[in-house]
Amino acid sequence: MHPAFSVIFLTTLIGVGQGLFLAIFTGQSYSAVELLPSEDSVAFYGTGAMIALGFLVAGLIASVFHLGRPERAWRAASQWRTSWLSREVIALPVLMFLVFLYGVMHFFGWDTVLFTSPTGARLQVTLVVGTLGAIATFALFLCTGMIYAAVKFLQEWASPLTVINYLLLGTMSGFTLATAFASLTAPDLVHFFGVWTTLITLAAFVTRFASLVRNARIKYKSSIQTAIGIRHSQIQQKSMGFMGGSVNTRDFFHHKSPQFLRTVKLLFLLLAFFAPLILLWVGMEQNHSGILLAAFVVQYLGLVAERWFFFAQANHPQNLYYQTV
Amino acid sequence: MTQLALVIDLNVCVGCHACVTSCKEWNTSGSAGPLCDDNPYGAGPTGTFFNRVQTYEVGEFPNTETVHFPKSCLHCEDPPCVPVCPTGASYKRDKDGIVLVDYDKCIGCRYCSWACPYGVREIDEHQKVMKKCTLCVDRIYDESLPESERKPACVLACPTSARLFGDVHDPQSEVSIAIREEGGYALMPEWGTKPSNHYLPRRKTRLHIHEDELVRADNPLKKEQREHAAPVDAPTLDDSTSW
Ligand code: SF4
Ligand code: SF4
Repeated sequence: MHPAFSVIFLTTLIGVGQGLFLAIFTGQSYSAVELLPSEDSVAFYGTGAMIALGFLVAGLIASVFHLGRPERAWRAASQWRTSWLSREVIALPVLMFLVFLYGVMHFFGWDTVLFTSPTGARLQVTLVVGTLGAIATFALFLCTGMIYAAVKFLQEWASPLTVINYLLLGTMSGFTLATAFASLTAPDLVHFFGVWTTLITLAAFVTRFASLVRNARIKYKSSIQTAIGIRHSQIQQKSMGFMGGSVNTRDFFHHKSPQFLRTVKLLFLLLAFFAPLILLWVGMEQNHSGILLAAFVVQYLGLVAERWFFFAQANHPQNLYYQTV
Repeated sequence: MTQLALVIDLNVCVGCHACVTSCKEWNTSGSAGPLCDDNPYGAGPTGTFFNRVQTYEVGEFPNTETVHFPKSCLHCEDPPCVPVCPTGASYKRDKDGIVLVDYDKCIGCRYCSWACPYGVREIDEHQKVMKKCTLCVDRIYDESLPESERKPACVLACPTSARLFGDVHDPQSEVSIAIREEGGYALMPEWGTKPSNHYLPRRKTRLHIHEDELVRADNPLKKEQREHAAPVDAPTLDDSTSW
C-alpha cells in the first residue's frame, strides 16, 4: 500500500494522546489508593490531559487531509453497525470530550470525593471521568487497529497482532512522553513512569517483532491464476490497460526498492524501541528532562517510520492486476 | 431476487477497448458529472475509468496465448466494499443487486477501495469521491430508449459480443445459461465475495476424426463388391493433375 502521511500522522499522534492520557490517569489511580503521592491537579493532571488533548486534536487535523470531502465527514458516524472506520469516527470525539472534561475538572478543582473507604482510598469524580476516558481510549485503539485488521485481503494486517500493536505502540509513546512530562512537573513520578515505559516498550517490541516474523512467512491466498482465472504456471501481464498510471498504481504501491524497505524496518526497530530505552535510562539516571524529552522525540520519529513500513509492507491483491505498463 | 451482472467471454474478446471508450463516454456525460481525465493527449494520460481491458500472456514462447481481460466492478453478491463504508455512501441495491456509490454522501476516504480485492474502485481525483461501474444504471431502465438499447454501454459497444448482460439469478436468462453451459467462473473465489460477473474461459474447438470415419464403412459399393480398385491412400486423379 502507499503510505499516506495523513494517516501516518493521524495514527501516531492519536496514539501518543491516548497513551499520555492513560499514563496520567494511571498516576492518579495509584495515588487514589495511596500507592503514589498525589500530584498537583493543575500542573500535572490538568496540564497533562490538555497535552494529550492537543495530540488528539493534531491527529484529527491530520486525518482531514486524508479525506476527499472533509466537509461531509459528519456522515461518517452513521455506519457504526458495520464499519470500524465509522466506529473510530465516533470513538475519537468521545475520547476528546472525556479528556477535555478530565482536564477541566482538574484545572478548576471540581473534584468532589464521592466516598472514602475505611482504608483511606478516595473515589473522586475525576477518577470516574478518567475511567470512562480509559475505556474510550481502549475502544479507540480497538477501532483503529480493526480498521486495518478487518480487511481480510490485506493479509499482513489481518491479524490480532495489528490491534495489539496499535495498543502497545500508542501506549508506549504516551508513557515515554509522560515520563518526560513528569520530570518537569512531578519529579517523584519519573521512576514510576520510567519503569512502566520500559515494560510497555519491551512488550511492544515483542509483539511488533512477532508481526514482522508472521508477515515474513505469509502465504498469499490470491495469485495471478486466481485473479484472472486461468490455470497455467506461466502467466505474464503485458498491459494493464493504460500507460499514465491510475489510482490503482498510485494508492496501492509504495514505489520504493526492497532495500529502502529493509532500511526503514531497521530504522524503526532502532528508533522506536532501542534508542528511546537507552535515552530513557540515561535520562532517569541523570534526572535530565531534556534527555527524556529526546527519548520521546526519537521514539515518535521511530513510530512514524514504523507506520510508514506498516503501510508499505501490506500487499493488496489488486496489485496482481497492475504488474506492468 | 434479481442480480444483474455481466458475463465476459474471454474466448471472444479481442482486446479492442471499445467497451472502455464507450463506458467512459457514457459515464462522463451523465448527470453525476464528468469522470476525470488528465493529459488525455499528453505524456502521462490518467483518469477515472470504470472498465479497463488488460492483456496477459499465458505460457512460454513459442507456446503462448494472448488473453485480453476486461475488468470492472463485479457487483459481488457479498460485497466486502459495502459494510466498511463509514457513511453509507456505498450500498448494494435490493432491487437488482447493483453495487453503487452515492456521490453526494461519499467523503472520499478510500476505505472501500482497500476492501475490494479486485481494484475496480477508482477515486475521482477531481471530484474527490469514489467511483465505479454502475452497470449503466442510468440507461438500463430508461424507457425513452428502445428496449434493445437498455443495456450497459460496454455491452452495446462490443464488436464481438464478448459481453453479455442479464439476471444471473434467473436460471433461464442468457447469462445464466452461458455460465452453466460454457464453464463460467468467478474471479478470486478464495475471498468469498461471490462476484456476480462471470468470465467464460478460453475454449478450443477440436475435431476428433477416427480412422474408421475416413472410410465409409457402410459404403453400398462395398456391399455390392464393386469396390474402388485403388487403395485409399493412392494418388487420385486430382493429385495427378495438380502435380
Ligand atoms: S468488485 Fe469490488 S467494488 Fe465491485 S462489488 Fe465486488 S468488492 Fe465491491
Ligand atoms: S470512499 Fe466514499 S464510498 Fe468509499 S468507503 Fe469512503 S465514504 Fe464510503
